[in-house]
Amino acid sequence: MTDRASVYARIIELIDPLNTKKVALLETTTFAGDMEMDSLTVMDLVASMEDEWDILIPLNMLPDLETIGQVADAVYGLVAKKG
Amino acid sequence: MTVDLLAKYDPLIAEHAGLLSTGIRDPFGIVMEKVLSPTEAIIKGKHTILLGTYNYMGMTFDPDVVAAGQAAIRDFGAGTTGSRVLNGTYQTHKECEDALKDFYGMSHAMVFSTGYQANLGMVSTLAGKGDFIILDADSHASIYDGCKMSNADIVRFRHNDAADLEKRLKRLPPEAGKLVVLEGVYSMLGDIAPLPELVAIAKAHGCMVLVDEAHGMGFFGEHGRGVYEEQGVADDVDFVVGTFSKSVGTVGGFCVSNHPKFEILRLVCRPYTFTASLPPAVVACAATSIRKLMTATDKRARLWEATRRLHGGLKARGFNLATDTPESAIVSVLMPDQEATALMWSTLIELGIYVNMSRPPATPAGVFLLRCSICALHTDDQIDTVLGKFEQAAQMCNLPLAVPA
Ligand SMILES: Cc1ncc(COP(=O)(O)O)c(C=O)c1O
Repeated sequence: MTDRASVYARIIELIDPLNTKKVALLETTTFAGDMEMDSLTVMDLVASMEDEWDILIPLNMLPDLETIGQVADAVYGLVAKKG
Repeated sequence: MTVDLLAKYDPLIAEHAGLLSTGIRDPFGIVMEKVLSPTEAIIKGKHTILLGTYNYMGMTFDPDVVAAGQAAIRDFGAGTTGSRVLNGTYQTHKECEDALKDFYGMSHAMVFSTGYQANLGMVSTLAGKGDFIILDADSHASIYDGCKMSNADIVRFRHNDAADLEKRLKRLPPEAGKLVVLEGVYSMLGDIAPLPELVAIAKAHGCMVLVDEAHGMGFFGEHGRGVYEEQGVADDVDFVVGTFSKSVGTVGGFCVSNHPKFEILRLVCRPYTFTASLPPAVVACAATSIRKLMTATDKRARLWEATRRLHGGLKARGFNLATDTPESAIVSVLMPDQEATALMWSTLIELGIYVNMSRPPATPAGVFLLRCSICALHTDDQIDTVLGKFEQAAQMCNLPLAVPA
């Protein structure tokens, strides 16, 4: 059973190696603003999350996902929907 | 108080000003004062060899093409002042679509005002809410914008990676409508797609397939239809999109297909309907050019020969090229960073060579490029001159070159 907390924890692990600015990773940390991630890094991160949970995160969903917390909610939602 | 809506571009304004403050010419501000031929122009009073025009087949000054345009402007006037679906379809537009149907051996052809609009229109109209668009990560801006304009869910796969495409398709609901969008030639690095693998996977997962042959039309395949013809996947491609702004030598875009319901798209495709049609002279030029391209076998052979000469020559001089062998008529030189690229570009233009400078976000993976596109009318002498100037420019810019093997 995958819960929100374990999804969040795993997302932090996936982000960590890409966190080149070494900013604190919190629910409210933003990808573009705080971490200054470029679009290619975001693409890699999205792909690794998709592979991790065998889900699909459509590109058109990304503009609404600004913080780590929002991504965790979205991924948790997709995992739950998959059943 | 008014918020200045252009303030968001301040960082870009500063970056561009910084680039120019080093004393180099503006790579995005070139003016051709005179165009002497498909391969030569006068820029800032200087005789310049053009090596960044996409004018692959050199049709812009073809006497038959020019004559067709002159006759059409005389007989039909300067413009149509209307949409294709109202007053903007003339005999010339029908003849242009007939030429496309004959060129591609397909039953339907739709001419748009540009290739950008053809992609925008086709991608956004084919896939709607609840459908999926699956596109290569390195797709052209017009494909990305078509995705944005559609209400479909957008899935991106790694550039030219069949395994990644398959992995993503497996995650999609089998019952959903799916459009896989590919390009024959990717214009930044000049690499071509492994279409047989990609198309087979797309078909196995119940997808419709659209291939953009903007940079492949005219010189790939037996009839010059594109990479999809050369690689033998014509039967499995549902839609081919293309442009008149490259090999055809004028302006305009199109989609061809054998789909029996294709004609309805004319009424639902907004970038087709809600804009004025091309001027009669343009479509007359295009129709004549397309018919000549059908049999332009000598020119095709010459284009490949000139391309191999440039690619081989640059490689031998130690330039770092984006593809190991010449895959298309685009030869891209990989550059270390923005400064080196701009300096080298500027030095080349001062030496009378025009190439394209490309940088992120237009380029994939954050690379900086000096991009050369070859024309069938480039002579060996011109290519040799270009090679010499590249070598000279690299010395003047202290660009490190590999020691030739
Ligand atoms: C792959 C690709 N598709 C479409 C286009 C758009 O073509 P056009 O110049 O006709 O708008 C281009 C050229 O810019 C292109 O490179």
